[in-house]
Formats: sequence, structure tokens, C-alpha cells
Amino acid sequence: MHTISTLTSDQPEEPGAVPPGRLPASRSFRRAFDDLRAGVAARELWSHLGWQDIKQRYRRSVLGPLWITISMAVTAFALGLLYSQLFQADIATFLPYITVGLITWHFLIGCLQEGSNAFIENEDMIKHLPAPLTVYALRTVWRLMIMFVHNLIVYVVILAIFFPALAQPGYTIIEEGGIPQPGLNVTALMAVPAFGALALNGLWVVLLLGITSTRFRDVPQVIAAVSSLLFFMTPIVWSIDILAAKFPETGGGWRQYLYEFNPVYHFLEIIRAPMIGNVQSLHHWFVVGGFTVVGWLLTVVVMRNYRSRVSYWV
Amino acid sequence: MVSIDVRNAYVDFPIFDAKTRSLKKKVLGKVGGKIGTDSKVPIIEALQDITMSIHEGDRVGLVGHNGSGKSTLLRLLSGIYEPTRGSSRIVGRVAPVFDLGIGMDNEISGYENIMIRGLYLGMTRKQMQKRVDDIAEFTELGNYLQMPLRAYSTGMRVRLALGVVTSINPEILLLDEGIGAVDSAFMNKARNRLVDLVKRSGALVFASHQDELLLELCTSAVWLDEGHVRQRGSLREVLTAYKGKDPYESIGAEAAKRLGIESSTPVGSGYTS
Repeated sequence: MHTISTLTSDQPEEPGAVPPGRLPASRSFRRAFDDLRAGVAARELWSHLGWQDIKQRYRRSVLGPLWITISMAVTAFALGLLYSQLFQADIATFLPYITVGLITWHFLIGCLQEGSNAFIENEDMIKHLPAPLTVYALRTVWRLMIMFVHNLIVYVVILAIFFPALAQPGYTIIEEGGIPQPGLNVTALMAVPAFGALALNGLWVVLLLGITSTRFRDVPQVIAAVSSLLFFMTPIVWSIDILAAKFPETGGGWRQYLYEFNPVYHFLEIIRAPMIGNVQSLHHWFVVGGFTVVGWLLTVVVMRNYRSRVSYWV
Repeated sequence: MVSIDVRNAYVDFPIFDAKTRSLKKKVLGKVGGKIGTDSKVPIIEALQDITMSIHEGDRVGLVGHNGSGKSTLLRLLSGIYEPTRGSSRIVGRVAPVFDLGIGMDNEISGYENIMIRGLYLGMTRKQMQKRVDDIAEFTELGNYLQMPLRAYSTGMRVRLALGVVTSINPEILLLDEGIGAVDSAFMNKARNRLVDLVKRSGALVFASHQDELLLELCTSAVWLDEGHVRQRGSLREVLTAYKGKDPYESIGAEAAKRLGIESSTPVGSGYTS
């Protein structure tokens, strides 16, 4: 959109002729950063569009966006009931565990799935209006954040009901052999920077997957194919104490690699642990921090090289 | 100062889903850009070696056959397509009006659509709120503005879109053909607004097949043929070469009157375009 003159004119200008000098190249880091900056600055546009998407989805339904909350409540309650019995866990602690897990999972998988379609579904706009790509990525992340906040209502209700159980120091999620948890206290505030970290990572994931998917249309399919696998591999409906309790002599042994090598687990844990008063471990933050840095570096490089190609590819 | 500089620019489209083999044979035809065959993915060279410069006050008409690259050139000038080879530089806020339906949402009300469309064209919410009444008055849609867009007829949609588009203050206005599918009474009103809009804008590039609109809005012209510039110059000169006859000879009486020129056709013969 706005680019600044870098022309050095040393020849007399003919009317109608293009002035001499080098014009700025499409492929430069400056153009990539300009896109990000201009995209963030168009806050009115992407926030409006994000809201519009939510309203659109529930238009003409009586309860509207409240359906987001209701469907989350039903799913969390049913799964919580079933799995707490399967794993002999106390429903008072297992239901909050599963609820926060599901809410966060929806945000994370949303970044992957909706992110890979972010530019494809905005094809018309991209081909008709010279807006920064970041606008469409922010629209997607903003929409997912709105969904997240709607789902938080379920968390608040469950917290109100089960607060005594969660606030008790030393509570365990499963009845036998569970890891004693510190219980809810002031460290719950760590959930706020954690959500910031999720959103920051969500943006690069959406940008990166969005650009890749416009060129390689198999990417959204791959993500759809592995998403349910990822759901069951991540400790959401099960907890890591269950695995550890099955093998008490080794504390799980090699089996802990099943979740430690899963990035989604770390992103989930930085926000779930504070929200239900579980043990907070710094190593999750290191993993998330590493992903933030490496992910953004990769995204900036991809933005530099392929940002201007997206309108050709969609 | 607003300006667009494009130098030796190429726009090459990769066509990923086309069967490479069948397109390997070089396609020769009068319609469309050249289809390159040297790489694995077939490429359509929609624009080749375009060099042009647009400054404040320029009113450029784009003419050429279907598929000659007019719309692609407008997209290049707006910054939607960055040249695959060559370079371009755009200084100033561009308001591209290519398709009146774009950014319009069927499920939301006319008012909300005015808002969204305005935001897309680079206006702020506050600026649009000031314009809403003016747009409502122009479109004559009245209470329909509260209704979702899917209740609108095609003509009503065009009215709404034209209303929003002509209410903005663009620095560089890029218009594509196809604005004009409304009833004639409304068209006269829209025409005035369009002329006002062009007067307000810093620079204009207008692609059209309608000589009369071109004569009314533009001063110079560029003739595109198979993706490159065939001729450029004053509007009359280029149109004469393109159509093979002087555009003023076949102009309608009513339009001639509006343009303030002598018409050679008798009064009442209507439009020719």
C-alpha cells in the first residue's frame, strides 16, 4: 500500500516517463514487516470481520453465539463424566481438568485448521483489495479468541461449582497414585501471559500455514487427517498421572516421551496448569518460547519470499 | 503527491491444476495472454513488459479486447499483484473498484454492509458513520437498509455498492468495467456521483468498453493488446486507432450534449457504445 520513495533522480524527467532509479523489490524483509505493521494497524477491519464471522455462523438461531458455550458445556460434561469413571478419578477435579483442556484444544486446533484455510477462504478479497495479508490472519486469530472467551464461561461455571476441591492444596486428579497438585492460588494469574503466548503463536501458525496452503492444497487435508490423532495423543481426556500410575516403578519411563515430544502438550500445559491449580513447570515455557522464536523467524522468511505470491496462488 | 510507477513489469500466472501435457502445445489465439511452456507448471503471461507512470491529475482510460489484460493491469496498479519480473511502486491510498459485489455479505443488513465495504476501502468506522445518511439518501433504499442483503434485488445491490463506493475520498481511483448495470433513471444520478468521485480523486485509471463514459471521465488512454501496451496517447487518438473510427462520430446526441461537443448523429438516436 504505502511505500516510500527511494528514487535517486539524476536525469531530467520527461513528462509521462518513468523516473530513473531502482524501485523497491517485492521480496524484502521490509515489505514483510510493512505487511505485519499495516495489518495490525487495520484493527477496525479485522476485529469487525472476526466478529462478523461469529455472528454470521449463528445468524437466525435463537441462542446465537451462546451455542458455542452450550456445545462446549455438553461435551465437557459428558466426556468428563465418562473418563473420570474410566480412570477412577474424582469428578470434582477431573471435570475442570477436561474442560480447560478442551477449551484450549479448540483454540489450538482452530489455529491449525482454520489457519490453513485463512487465505483460501478470503480468495475474493485478496484478489480485489490490496489489504495486507496479516489482516486475514488476524481475522482468523481474533475469531478463535472470541470463541475461546465464549467457552471460558463454561470454565467459570465449573470453577464456581468445584472451587473447594480445586483450591485444596495437595489434591490429585486421579484417586490412586496421582501427582499431588498445589491447588488454585495466586499463580493462576500465569494463565494471562500464557494466553498471550498462545495468541502470538497462533498468528505465526496462521500466516505460515495460510501461505503454504494456498500453494499446496494438500496441507489443509493433512491437518484435517491428523487432527483427531493429535487429540487422542495429547493429554486432554487422559492425564499424565494415569500413565505414570500404571508404571509406578519407573514413573512412566519411556512412555513420557509420548507426550513430551508433542508440542501441543506444552502449549496446553502453560495455560491449563495455572487455571486448575496444577504443578506449573518452567520447561513448558521453554518449549513454547522456542517455538515462538523459531516459528516467527521461519514465518518472516516465508513472508519475505512468498507474501507477494499469495494473490497469484489463491 | 500520489503516483504509480511500473517498470518492465510482467505478471505471470502459474496454472497449477491445468493438465500440463495438453497445454504443452503452444496455444495461439487472439484471446488471452501468451501461455509460456518452458516450466513444469504452465504459465500465463498476462502482462508483458509494462512500463507506465501515473501522476496526480492523470485520468487514464484502458481499452482493449476481452482478455487483453485490462483487469490484470488494474490489479497490478493497485498492488494486489506485485510484478513477477520488473518492479512497481505505489505512493498513496488506492481505492480499487473492480467488482461491486465484493465485500458484500448476503446475511447482514445493508447498513452493516456499508460499514464493512467502507472499512475495506480504507475508511475508518467514524468516517463511514458520517456518510451513512448520505448513502441512504442516494440509494433510495429507505427501510430496506435494515434488511439482510439477500432480500435485495440485483439492481438494489448495485445501488448500495455504488453508493458506498462513490462516497469515499480516494487518492488513486481504479475503476473496472461493469459499473453501469442499473436502470437509466438511476444511472444518470450515479453518473453524476461518479463524475464527482473522479473529480475528488487524485488520479484515475478506468477500464471500460463504453466510449461515452471514457470520454466523460478520461483524458488520456492506453490500449492493451495480448498483455502489452499497443498504443498510448490522448483518449481520442487511442480510441480512433482501437475502434478504427473517431469516437466522436458515433456518439449519442444526449451524451454529446453533456460533453459539450457537436454531434453528427441526429437527436433522439440514443446511445451507442
